[in-house]
Amino acid sequence: MATETTQAAGDGLADTVGVASQDAGSAPGMPQLDFATWGNQIFWLVLALIAIYLVLSRVALPRIAAVLAERQGTISNDIAKAEDLKRQAEAAEEAYNKALADARAEAQAISQRTREEIKAEVAEANKKADAEIAAKAAESEKAINEIRATAMENVEAVAKETALALVAALGGSADAKDVDPAVANRMKG
Amino acid sequence: MATEAHGGEEGGLVFHPMDQFIVQPLFGDGAINMFTVTNATLWLALTVLAVIALMVLGTGKRAIVPSRTQSIGELAYGFVYKMVEDVTGKDGVKYFPYIMTLFMFIVFANFLALIPMSFSTTSHFAVTVVLALAVFLTVTVLGFIKNGASFLGLFWVSSAPLALRPVLAIIEIISYFVRPVSHSIRLAGNIMAGHAVIKVFAGFAAIAVISPVSILAITAMYGLEVLVAFIQAYVFTILTCVYLKDALHPHH
Amino acid sequence: MEGELAHIGAGLAAIGSGAAAIGVGNVAGNFLSGALRNPSAAAGQTATLFIGIAFAEALGIFSFLVALLLMFAV
Repeated sequence: MATETTQAAGDGLADTVGVASQDAGSAPGMPQLDFATWGNQIFWLVLALIAIYLVLSRVALPRIAAVLAERQGTISNDIAKAEDLKRQAEAAEEAYNKALADARAEAQAISQRTREEIKAEVAEANKKADAEIAAKAAESEKAINEIRATAMENVEAVAKETALALVAALGGSADAKDVDPAVANRMKG
Repeated sequence: MATEAHGGEEGGLVFHPMDQFIVQPLFGDGAINMFTVTNATLWLALTVLAVIALMVLGTGKRAIVPSRTQSIGELAYGFVYKMVEDVTGKDGVKYFPYIMTLFMFIVFANFLALIPMSFSTTSHFAVTVVLALAVFLTVTVLGFIKNGASFLGLFWVSSAPLALRPVLAIIEIISYFVRPVSHSIRLAGNIMAGHAVIKVFAGFAAIAVISPVSILAITAMYGLEVLVAFIQAYVFTILTCVYLKDALHPHH
Repeated sequence: MEGELAHIGAGLAAIGSGAAAIGVGNVAGNFLSGALRNPSAAAGQTATLFIGIAFAEALGIFSFLVALLLMFAV
């Protein structure tokens, strides 16, 4: 039957093909249906499958499973470590922030205190200066008053003398006892 | 590989899309008996070596930060593990090594078959029937061991009206026994069809005028085949998981 | 003569591949329209999508197989 089909396929070259397919043994048109080779194929196939199964189940699969498990372990370890580090970093950041806030508060307090101190100092100085000024002013007033008083006295004395001299020049006999009250009266008035 | 068989022909449009699947002895020209080393044997061995290279040598360093090869191995592990866990549930996880074996074998056989001049082992019914029958028998036996006679409840759809249940039971039983057939033929058929189509397009390349089109078509088909190679391995594996789930929890 | 009839049969069987293409398109298209309506649920259903595609495709592969058998094995 093989010869027939190959003849059909080969058409004009029928005889050559016929010879050739005889050369190729008793293979029919479809080599898959040549049951003479099945025993051979099945034998080697079973051998190959057993070899692959043994290699895979004894060596390869446990090894890959171990590698995958190890990697999983490493990864989850690393993730845990990373999380730990992250937590640490967060804590450090929090501490830093707290320190910063503390420092800021302290600085504020210090500046507040300094401001108050300065204010107090200034107030004190002001007060002192005011007092000094007041004292000086009082003193000056006193001095002015004294000067004024002496000036008044001098004026009175000069006026009395002048009045006495005037009276005397006019030819009157003037007594100091008479002139003085008159002058004092005039000056008061 | 098999073109030697037709070495005498020259010129003309000759298609031998199926010749790439011929099983031949690697050494000498004898008949093929059980233990002959054939091209199928060679590519099965290469598949085993490729699996070992990725899953054992690639992960040899057990690095926490994986190298490229190691991360591909881990990706495959995680992919299949998640599939088993999602589809069959927690109690299916202990069958993970078997399913991983199936997946790694099929995916590497499919991809190695995409190398030009290679031999596609998974395009042979001999291979896929063994895989599918192994799954079918294991799952059936496991279902009876785990659930006893109540495993037959799988065929008795208790949510359907009583009158319909016998009919449904017959349909369910038929579909149950069709499982290994479709399971095996899907994989072999897909791989075989893709490779045969590429071969047909390659045959058209003999005509100078349309050879650029043919080469473009081969490239496009090759891209599709890369996709199919993975998707068929995925589908085979996930269907295995679905069947396993049926065996572990037969009452839907 | 018998071989030629087989070839015609193979061609007819290949129509099944087109039918499977319609089926696969149906599955994928309906999945997409559902996924666009509710994208959050789509990710969990890709496995179901692939199972559905696989079942639809398997029947097309059956017809392809029938075509191959008629071409080469009858």
